Amino acid sequence: MAQTIPADVPVHDEAHHEESFWSHYVFSTDHKMIAMQYMFTGIFMGLIGGFFAYAFRMQLAFPGVEVPLFGVVSPNEYNALITNHGAIMIFWVAMPVLIAALGNYLIPLMIGADDMVFPRLNRLSYQIFLVSAIVLLASFFVPGGGFAGAWTFYPPLSSTAEYSLTPLGSSLFVVAIALEFAAFLMGGINFIVTAMNSRAPGMKLYDIPMVVWMIVVASVLFMLSVGPLIAGAVMLLFDQNLGTAFFNPERGGDPILWQHLFWFFGHPEVYVVLLPALGVVAEIITVFARKKLFAYRTVLYTVFGTGVLSFTVWAHHQFVAGIDPRMAHVFTVTTLLISVPLAEAMFVYIATLYGGSISLTTPMLWALGFIATFLIGGVTGIFLGASGEDIYLHDTYFVLAHFHYTFFPIAIIGFYAAITFWFPKMFGRMMDERLGKIHFWGTIIPFNFIFIPLFVLGLAGQHRRIYDFTNYPDLAAYQPIRVFATISLLVMFSFQLVFFYNFFKSMFRGPKAPKNPWQANTLEWTTESPPPHGNWKELPTVHRGPYEYSVEGRESDYWPQNEPA
Amino acid sequence: MLERIPSVIDVLVPQASTYAGDIDGLFTIILVSVGIWFFASEIVFFWLIFRFRKKDGVRAQYVSGEKQSEKKWVTYPHLAILLFDVLIVVAAVRVWYDIKQDLPPAERTVRVIGQQWAWTFVHPGPDGEIDTADDIAKVNELHVEVDRLHHYKLESKDVLHNFSVPVFRLKQDAIPGRVITGWFTPTKTGEWDVQCAEICGVGHGLMGARIHIETAEQHAAWMAQESPLQLAANAAQKQEEE
Amino acid sequence: MSARPIATTRSAAGMPTGRLAVWWLIASEIVIFGGLLASYIMFRLAHDMWSEQAAHTSTAIGAFNTFVLLTSSYFAVLGHKAAEEGDGPKAARYLWYTFAGGATFLAVKSYEWTTEILHGYTIASNTFWSFYYTAAGLHALHVLAGIIIIAIIAVAARRNEELHRVELIGIYWHFVDVVWIFLFPLLYIAK
Repeated sequence: MAQTIPADVPVHDEAHHEESFWSHYVFSTDHKMIAMQYMFTGIFMGLIGGFFAYAFRMQLAFPGVEVPLFGVVSPNEYNALITNHGAIMIFWVAMPVLIAALGNYLIPLMIGADDMVFPRLNRLSYQIFLVSAIVLLASFFVPGGGFAGAWTFYPPLSSTAEYSLTPLGSSLFVVAIALEFAAFLMGGINFIVTAMNSRAPGMKLYDIPMVVWMIVVASVLFMLSVGPLIAGAVMLLFDQNLGTAFFNPERGGDPILWQHLFWFFGHPEVYVVLLPALGVVAEIITVFARKKLFAYRTVLYTVFGTGVLSFTVWAHHQFVAGIDPRMAHVFTVTTLLISVPLAEAMFVYIATLYGGSISLTTPMLWALGFIATFLIGGVTGIFLGASGEDIYLHDTYFVLAHFHYTFFPIAIIGFYAAITFWFPKMFGRMMDERLGKIHFWGTIIPFNFIFIPLFVLGLAGQHRRIYDFTNYPDLAAYQPIRVFATISLLVMFSFQLVFFYNFFKSMFRGPKAPKNPWQANTLEWTTESPPPHGNWKELPTVHRGPYEYSVEGRESDYWPQNEPA
Repeated sequence: MLERIPSVIDVLVPQASTYAGDIDGLFTIILVSVGIWFFASEIVFFWLIFRFRKKDGVRAQYVSGEKQSEKKWVTYPHLAILLFDVLIVVAAVRVWYDIKQDLPPAERTVRVIGQQWAWTFVHPGPDGEIDTADDIAKVNELHVEVDRLHHYKLESKDVLHNFSVPVFRLKQDAIPGRVITGWFTPTKTGEWDVQCAEICGVGHGLMGARIHIETAEQHAAWMAQESPLQLAANAAQKQEEE
Repeated sequence: MSARPIATTRSAAGMPTGRLAVWWLIASEIVIFGGLLASYIMFRLAHDMWSEQAAHTSTAIGAFNTFVLLTSSYFAVLGHKAAEEGDGPKAARYLWYTFAGGATFLAVKSYEWTTEILHGYTIASNTFWSFYYTAAGLHALHVLAGIIIIAIIAVAARRNEELHRVELIGIYWHFVDVVWIFLFPLLYIAK
């Protein structure tokens, strides 16, 4: 990344000319560098999470085979792989890339500020996050191995060493997650306060780009939902190590309490990562359709509505977990209700395309791919939110396929959309469009081939987290479907090489990017690519909203936010 | 009443309980209600991409979407979705009520005990009651009689488990320290999988069992063969022969 | 970073950045304590026999600590007032009184816990005591963090530096106080 900030770019503070490698790349307080740190850590963790998926999918397709680069997958290793695949993909990939990296990079640039309000807190937030990642990785190598009781870590399995057989791994897993929460709480406070207080002069609430709104609302949701789980994590750690019995039914505790604390956070968490991705899509489709975002305020209200409702739906994860059956009625109603604002958000995005002038660039393909696939994730959620149906579908591959149809668009498609769109700004060079399109089709087609078969397996009654289905007479016959899904996964993974080749080649060799290659309106496109330390020589002033494309009676079809009327 | 609706799940997994048809019917109701919206959205979406792709000399239109005449394109569909949601809620709540909240009186009761990593099924012996001397306890083998309303008393000895019988469309978590009672009525004879549907440690993947749904005669024969009294007699006879 | 970014000095929401951040910090803390106390209350309602255990807590010591914390909060208010008037040394003096209050609270707490542990009421002896030590311990950690920050701010305030921070630590300190106001009846008085 040596060219991230070229030496000839003027910087505010003379002292920064002489900064060392360490103060520039490692201990930087510059929001852009911290964003890069989050992003590259997230990508690294994503590779690990992907490798885990490769290992356990191979085991499922070819039980007992010696998996190349891994070896034979033992039952406990299988459980540890699926557990940490889930935890890594959500907490160490989706969160750092979508919230922390995008939030850090985009918020100051899009609201016209020179940095986050608390740069040192920001740096501390990344450092704690890095420690949490190291703790998690370390947990795989302790005696007993990594935690293997699913990413939801339900007690008593997670709280009792004699049940989980991973005495150290369980504790390290909880510690890693608690540290990660602390990091994102700090980051979240920074994001919220920066967006509230440090907007450029003239930028009113409705002039804020949608992605900034989304990241801020996501940070608020995270902050208000994670508290009980932090308390729960402390209680669980005490149960594991100090002999308390918060979740131990034999001594007066209650394992269901954990599920409430977990899902009170766990469900809003889905929206915490969804909203930034929705924001990215809003930015991209408006630019490449040359259209104003359809009903900006409606989008905003749907986001607020979703946020509030997301606190009331958690127990739909626990319909068959032994809660009072009458409670299920309430949570069915709230769960189906939350489909209304989300459907509306999707409709708004589709409506934005109407009357546009759509060019199918790589970022636009990813953004449209997000809408097309996320719809599948959205509608399949209805089946699971309906209490009566969930009795059958709970914990089957239908659930698994459903949430991969939400998380894959969010974390993977959302990331690719964002990186291909902002790459010129981040690294000052253009990516290769042809390779980008090959990568897009090579990802999106195999993705559907992986997970649509898994819906069928779910309907056939196949349950999750079982390392060899050939042991089950009723399920053994579906083995060809499992092999098909695994081969699709291998095809999808091999196409990711195209991305990494394109990514690194463009970073060093790509054609130089102009300030505003996409002719977009938002403020980050009014500064150099990449922006210097301090972002602008003179901080911009805002005169209009972010989506004034194709305004009638104007020569050019875009109208930057900072251009005086 | 939902069981009369054609089902797609039925193709993959037979229906072997009185409420399996309801759950499958509910699936079809949801499939149709959300399918309409899904395909409508995707068709409009792809049509818009095709219709408004970039053409030389054609500028995009300026549509704010804030005017009532424009916003109705989003508002009306979302009100309609609300209506579909109500339909789904009503159907789902009915099914849930019948299976989980309502508890019809039992003709038989079985005790289902989960532990790492096996199921123990305690069947009533010839006297038809559990917790008596002639109980038949079997590991990973559940025998029930067709067309009899069974209660299950679900327990766990260690961690959370989940008693799942796909052919019944039945699933319930087992929680240590609690006894959870539910019901099923088998409607079809045969032998199928029972799975554990809540991760419970290293052997979770092996924690399968088989359910044998038998006719009254088969069941009586099985009971006679397995009852503790009969087994004791068999053992005594064996000893004598030696 | 040698200088504050311009971003920190802006105030589009009409509230100084520091104060805004403290309020958001408190919002995130409320849900942590909220989750813990809600769990405790749910358990407590389901377990009548806990009142027997709760009878062994010392209401007198709890009441004394409540008084100490409330007094220290009052000094924090006086410190804020002095800082508003620009009188750094005076603000610092009041902050040290607040510090003394917090330190007293912790000293009394240590004595109280030592006594209880010696009598056999440890964190693992019963879920009531687990909650007692976890909730009060989490609160005590906040008191400890608070007095460390108070000391740092008091040292700077004495030199008339960063006087706006006196208000920020005051807000935080009141929050710590309010948490105790919830803990005291729930853990000590309800018997």
